[in-house]
Amino acid sequence: MSSEPQRLLIQGGRVLDPASGLDGAFDILVEGQRIAAVDKPGQFTGVGDVQVLSAKGLLVTPGLVDIHVHLREPGQEWKETVLTGSRAAVAGGFTTVCCMPNTKPVNDAASVTEFILEQAERANLCRVHPIGAITLGLKGESLAPYLELAEAGCVAFSDDGRPVTNSAIMRKALEYNFLTGAVLTVHEEDLQLSEGFSMNESARSVKLGLKGMPDAAENVMIARDIELARLTGGRVHFCHVSTARGVTLIRRAKEDGIPVTAEVLPHNFTLDDSAVEGFDTQAKMSMPLRSPEDVAAMAKALQEGVIDCIASDHAPHEADSKNVEFDKASFGILGLQTTLPLTLAKVRSGEFTLMRAIEALTVAPAKCLNLSAGTLAKGALADITFIDLERSITLEPKHIRSKSKNTPFYGWELQGLAAKTMVGGRLVFDSEEAGE
Amino acid sequence: MTDSESKQQRDRSDWTKVLDADQIRRSVTRIAHEILEKNRGAKSLAIVGIRTRGDYLARRICRQIEEIDGQKVPMGVVDITLYRDDIAQSDEQPLVRGTDLPFNVDRHAIVLVDDVLFTGRTVRAALDAIIDFGRPLSVQLAVLCDRGHRELPIRADYVGKSIPTSRKELVEVCLEERDGEDGVYVAPTTTIAGKKR
Amino acid sequence: MSMIGRHLLGINGLTREQVEYLLTTAEQFVEVSTRNVKKVPTLRGKTVINLFLEASTRTRSSFEIAGKRMSADVVNVSGSSSSTTKGETLIDTALTLESMDPDVVVIRHASSGAAHLIAKHLTRASVINAGDGLHEHPSQALLDALTMRQAFGTIEGLTVTIVGDVLRSRVARSNIHLLRLFGCSVRVVAPPTLAKKAEFEALGCQVFYHMPEALEGADVVMSLRMKHEYLKDLFVPNLDEYSRKYIVSEPMLARYAPNCKVLAPGPIIRGTEITSEVADGPRSLISRQVTNGVAVRMALLYVLGARRSDAARERDEEIEPLGLEAEASS
Repeated sequence: MSSEPQRLLIQGGRVLDPASGLDGAFDILVEGQRIAAVDKPGQFTGVGDVQVLSAKGLLVTPGLVDIHVHLREPGQEWKETVLTGSRAAVAGGFTTVCCMPNTKPVNDAASVTEFILEQAERANLCRVHPIGAITLGLKGESLAPYLELAEAGCVAFSDDGRPVTNSAIMRKALEYNFLTGAVLTVHEEDLQLSEGFSMNESARSVKLGLKGMPDAAENVMIARDIELARLTGGRVHFCHVSTARGVTLIRRAKEDGIPVTAEVLPHNFTLDDSAVEGFDTQAKMSMPLRSPEDVAAMAKALQEGVIDCIASDHAPHEADSKNVEFDKASFGILGLQTTLPLTLAKVRSGEFTLMRAIEALTVAPAKCLNLSAGTLAKGALADITFIDLERSITLEPKHIRSKSKNTPFYGWELQGLAAKTMVGGRLVFDSEEAGE
Repeated sequence: MTDSESKQQRDRSDWTKVLDADQIRRSVTRIAHEILEKNRGAKSLAIVGIRTRGDYLARRICRQIEEIDGQKVPMGVVDITLYRDDIAQSDEQPLVRGTDLPFNVDRHAIVLVDDVLFTGRTVRAALDAIIDFGRPLSVQLAVLCDRGHRELPIRADYVGKSIPTSRKELVEVCLEERDGEDGVYVAPTTTIAGKKR
Repeated sequence: MSMIGRHLLGINGLTREQVEYLLTTAEQFVEVSTRNVKKVPTLRGKTVINLFLEASTRTRSSFEIAGKRMSADVVNVSGSSSSTTKGETLIDTALTLESMDPDVVVIRHASSGAAHLIAKHLTRASVINAGDGLHEHPSQALLDALTMRQAFGTIEGLTVTIVGDVLRSRVARSNIHLLRLFGCSVRVVAPPTLAKKAEFEALGCQVFYHMPEALEGADVVMSLRMKHEYLKDLFVPNLDEYSRKYIVSEPMLARYAPNCKVLAPGPIIRGTEITSEVADGPRSLISRQVTNGVAVRMALLYVLGARRSDAARERDEEIEPLGLEAEASS
């Protein structure tokens, strides 16, 4: 074993680190698993024995962080596993993912958390942080053991896929969770208002004869949890905000100093509910695709920072669960490999600045869940994503690393893709090696 | 919708006119006389035209019979679309235009009228259609032209003119009511798309 | 390919010319049903499968009679949508049936979009949507249109008031699409929980909550079914309260729309949606609708089912014609 840590010099790239505001030609020196220094090109001449990694023509950013994915393991390994989900993550430029607890069994006990972490270690690709359940079995009835789960490695708590319908339980969850300091990430849906829904409630849902979820079903729960966050002082993170009114409520809450954060999914700032026409089940998700006005509001809110970050809500489903009648189809689509290019498309259209877009994919989501990730600062873990802003693909199933192939973006020209992905100083994805 | 359009616009420079308006008029008159002679008057007669041009000829024959005999003869029209044997061979469905037999089929001797007798398949279809309405005393067939090349054991009782043709030639009947003039033409080949007669 | 394409999945997407073509064709078939021999040989050797995965007597028997009057072989396959309880998906059911080489599959299903789904997967048969969830019921709209055309000479510019549960009615949707093609003024009237204002205005309707203003000057009043099974959804407190305000009654019609005709897709609930006086009275075109239903479905089967099957086309292309071109007719 060598006593000296391995040294790697990343040269020739454009470094963009929103955490420090850095944007320009810089070289990065990596020692072992951490970043030793970032400096002007040429400053590292004569540092001695060093391996050089050229980043010429690439954008070098902190490793992307996705705080909302479903890896389906344990319990639904035919949809996805920690390994296949990790492969998709690193191919999409993500170095850290947080996986939701709606597995089978539910991640509401340390044994499940530990199992996921073991699988992640075995996969040895990206960092996987489990999110524990807010309530036992996601039933909304009694609190999960947060201390036990946090000790085992859960970084946040969520009943994602379902809301915590009982306001008193939500209040207790927020209060009790002061013991761990972890954030509650919440899926906001009034289940009575949304009963039986397949899509956004709109003139289109009435025309198509599909039951709709009104935006109010989401908004009333956002409003409730803003009030509970105010009441308790507990931290709430809103998952997949999809409505303009939701943004208004969150903006007001932040102005009032209430400790809330929020995420948006790429498809909610890319597609509106017209994608449902023709009954394409790939356009069925929860939250549903909303109106064009909502889509525009989401993009604007992200750029302004009212919405803190972007997450993918990567939701793998086997083809069979989508090849059925629209109202019987599963909710959700893949996201890990489409999030970066869909976000960069909004940079090209001028809706996001590049700095803000990368921030929303790195340090911003990390902050939402208090993760120490998403920066290229000296001493930080050397999780780095190398992005080729020019490269594009026309998405086909062969590009998908996930076990499932459910996405509405086949045939789309996706531009701006991860060229290389580095986790802890180690390259875990290289598009050239991958033959792409 | 192959035989619904008017034939007015067509260029017929290389066609041969085999019957002119006058000859058509005389053929119709002769056929009317023959019908009356064979049926010993107009009693219990009914004239039924096959859409589209048989329909107009039937009308003319009716008028003639009325003129000659002083009797009004009931007239009907059959649309054979639903009885065609080539429906399932076409990629586009002909327009259905309806059958109207406003008399008691069971009590009449029917004279079926068409413009051209060729393979006999149209007449076969028309017979099937009529028989679905009842059991006529008899069915006779009157045509303006018989061009030969029968594919079924069918012959006409009354023929305006026999026109020897090759199978590939095209026979076109134009009638004032629909096409703006009376005339029967023979075209050298079946060059006109969708027009095979 | 036929004038309306291979399938009939909905009225939405059809042009006015296509609808007129279907109505004109249907008109011709009305006569066939009045004959002594109510049968034409047009679809001899063609197979029609009625795949009815939602309870239906009227529509199913109407399609069945239509098919039989056209001499098609009609096979009824029924069950409940969940009677893919055997675990078979709708796509598999459809593919299994297609392997038996039907020319037309008529599908009724409780899920919106079900007809689109099987149309996407069937490679040879034509699909006719006989009602999918709350989405569309195109043959019903066509028979309603034919009935109105017979009564008024034209559909153009009629004022049609649709009364009742428009929100959960595929019949209403298909009718709205069709009537809008003809420049009709379409009004919907129901309690506000059902007559959603913005949504129905987006479909081109005027939305009313009160009967008098909705009926004023209407040429046609269409009475929709208030489904008992939907009561649990609590859109109205109870049917008595509903009837008090929205029942289609003769005094109401005589006062506000004295010249109107009345249609109802049925089955009608007397005393709840419509009074017997209206249903059985001179305004009622209800039995005419049923008669026209058969004619419309005959026309649909003719237009979609009479075409040469793909298998036959392939075979014909392989075989060299024998000498001279075979002559079609005449």
